[in-house]
Amino acid sequence: MPEAFDLDQIQAMIDKGIPHCAEIGMKVHEMSPDGVVFSLPYQERFAGNPVNGVLHGGIITTLIDSAAGMCIFAKLKEYMPVATLDLRIDYLKPATPDEELFAFLTCYRMTRKIAFVRGVAYHETRDDPIANAVGTFMLQSSPTPKVRQFEKGKGA
Amino acid sequence: MSRILTADEFVASIEQAKATGDWRHMFSIIPYFDFLGLRLEMKGSHMICILPEDKKFIGNPTLPALHGGVVGAFLESTALVHLLKTQEVTRLPKIINITVEYLRSAKPVETYAEAVITKPGRRIANMRIEAWQTDRKKPVAAAHANFLVS
Repeated sequence: MPEAFDLDQIQAMIDKGIPHCAEIGMKVHEMSPDGVVFSLPYQERFAGNPVNGVLHGGIITTLIDSAAGMCIFAKLKEYMPVATLDLRIDYLKPATPDEELFAFLTCYRMTRKIAFVRGVAYHETRDDPIANAVGTFMLQSSPTPKVRQFEKGKGA
Repeated sequence: MSRILTADEFVASIEQAKATGDWRHMFSIIPYFDFLGLRLEMKGSHMICILPEDKKFIGNPTLPALHGGVVGAFLESTALVHLLKTQEVTRLPKIINITVEYLRSAKPVETYAEAVITKPGRRIANMRIEAWQTDRKKPVAAAHANFLVS
């Protein structure tokens, strides 16, 4: 397994293998064992408030949940089926309409069966977060046969 | 397009939905509700939100399963609709936080959810929301959420 992930391959895996992430236009920016950065361009169809165009919390949850799974793969350096056990999100301030939304997630503790993750959603910098997230995931969550590893490029 | 709506017009839409019991227009003017294709059904006094079956909500095509984020978003939306419907609302309640518990793998089929206000407050509403598919007694996910209501 190479130390650095091939971001084009990760993006192809998202676009071809994760229908909902492809639908919303999720993009990968960073992928390392220390954490991952994903983004979502602003789209009016995800607004929760029709008066000011502020994004619905649910789409922020979706970006964070997706990035959370990816930060576990980045830490493991391989793809493994994981299942979210729980995910808590604190909405610290509204997202700004028309601005791209980023999410940084890191897996800060991993046991044989459980991965603990945390992270933030933000526009400009992680120091000025829109949302804070903490979650736990179960590893090897399903009897699904192990899917090809990232380096082989075809994705899930 | 949708952002041309003024706050007064939006509140008027909420009031109209409450008065007529028809939430379709209301759901169509919240862009993300429209994206999810949310519907509302009354079962006696219970207000059930419905997320339609749609391939675009799949997160894991191998299982297959709904994307966890969509499930979370659906639970949050159900809570918000419950607040709009049952509370005096002068503006859109703001979500403060949500904890989603994923109990079973959610299949990519029509999904239902119901919210209850566990503690109504003047400023904060504490909500519990559950989502299920074929069997109400086997929820696929549940959530706790706090909303700022005034």
